[in-house]
Amino acid sequence: MNRRVVITGIGVICGIGRNLASFRENLMAGRSGIRPISSTALGDIRFRRGAEVEDYNPAAYFDPRMSDFMDRFAQFAVIAAREATAQAGVVWTTELRENTAIVTGSCVGGQSSEDAGFRDIYHLGRNRVHPLTIPKTMANAGASHISMEFGITGPAYTVSTACSSSAHAIGQAFHMIRSGQVELALAGGSEAPFSYGILKAWEAMRVVSQDTCRPFSKDRTGMILGEGAAMFVLEPFEAALARGAGILGEIVGFGMSSDASHITQPSSEGAARAMRAALRDAEIAPEQVGYVNAHGTGTVANDLTETKAIRDVFGAHTERLPVSSTKSMHGHALGAAGALEASATVLGLHEGMLPPTVNFREADPECALDLIIQKARPAAPEYALSNSFAFGGLNAVLAFKSS
Amino acid sequence: MLQELTERILATIAQAQRIPKERITLDSSFEELGIDSMDGVNILFALENEFDITIPDAEAKQIRNVREMVDGVIRLIQEKNAQKNQGAAPV
Repeated sequence: MNRRVVITGIGVICGIGRNLASFRENLMAGRSGIRPISSTALGDIRFRRGAEVEDYNPAAYFDPRMSDFMDRFAQFAVIAAREATAQAGVVWTTELRENTAIVTGSCVGGQSSEDAGFRDIYHLGRNRVHPLTIPKTMANAGASHISMEFGITGPAYTVSTACSSSAHAIGQAFHMIRSGQVELALAGGSEAPFSYGILKAWEAMRVVSQDTCRPFSKDRTGMILGEGAAMFVLEPFEAALARGAGILGEIVGFGMSSDASHITQPSSEGAARAMRAALRDAEIAPEQVGYVNAHGTGTVANDLTETKAIRDVFGAHTERLPVSSTKSMHGHALGAAGALEASATVLGLHEGMLPPTVNFREADPECALDLIIQKARPAAPEYALSNSFAFGGLNAVLAFKSS
Repeated sequence: MLQELTERILATIAQAQRIPKERITLDSSFEELGIDSMDGVNILFALENEFDITIPDAEAKQIRNVREMVDGVIRLIQEKNAQKNQGAAPV
């Protein structure tokens, strides 16, 4: 059995919007959500900017009794899942709940809760941490809270592959629907890395910009961290059609690879292998692809190797292949990045408007691509790729078809 | 004094990179020593701890070989010492 898999709901919360409509508006207007970090005290941290969810108030979404049990990353997961299922108009039955999968991605999980607990014992000298530290920290908390929220009793799990987490999660769910394993899936990722200990660890890597995120621009100075979540409702094309659901897009392929080379330095060969695998899985030729949402972190290591990988896979077609990195707006949301960028890609295909790379100032001869710069570009490609490449060399590429 | 400091810096680099100290000279290139960008960050961390200095990102990015690394660290140590002595009563 190889069923077509469509997206009937998308939920988003991130630095450029607390719902899909505002995400869409800011994405297409090229408005960046990179601002001074305000949700945590930065102390002496050398970088000061990030893409945080603006004016986030848990009480607007959760009963305090419920949010007490949830780290910020799990809250984002549930918020995005609520929006996605509402948009899809899912009508829950016992049978559907048993045949629905939840696959979430997260890189750091609830490490912010852990960080707070460790601060209590190591720094403040207290002799106990909050009793919910373990269930708030576990990376699968997002999936678990989604399952409880909707009473979903089918297969549910979490993938943690650093910056590829949620692309892997969506890809896994896509294959589960395509093969007939489940009838519906909630898939995506969430992340909330803005806590002092985690930010200090990023500072130590010397990859975070003190300026802003300028992917593929010669004057790039590194990545900018982001937070948030994006969730898809996936279902078989026939089922969506039968119930008259609105179809936002179709997932047609998923490719994975491992660099097997270096724990932080990306390899263009590994990235290219994942893109080729996605095209093979989708049974499409490189020339059919009309947009690539790049991993595009704005680091020299990524931008140069990703450019090489795209040129290797697409050859002469690269000259006519629009590419952008929306991380320039929503930041690098780590385990949520793949899902946020998949959302941007699906919206782009659906609307015939490709989102831009903002903050771009200077062409880089080593990033010779048809970059969509500063302003969204009207175009109606049939197929698009969304690239996710992780620390640890674990790559995930999703292929979408417009609907 | 400067010679001694240089030796200490080279020893710190060697230890962080886990190579024999004899392999490192001021003229060694990072390529020769197998130092990639993540190793570089690791070495800077070791140097910051060893000498209680802060190496700014912008300066770190300019460093291309061992000599530049040693010169940069010596300068930061001297700046730190000068700051410490500021305001001290003249002898």
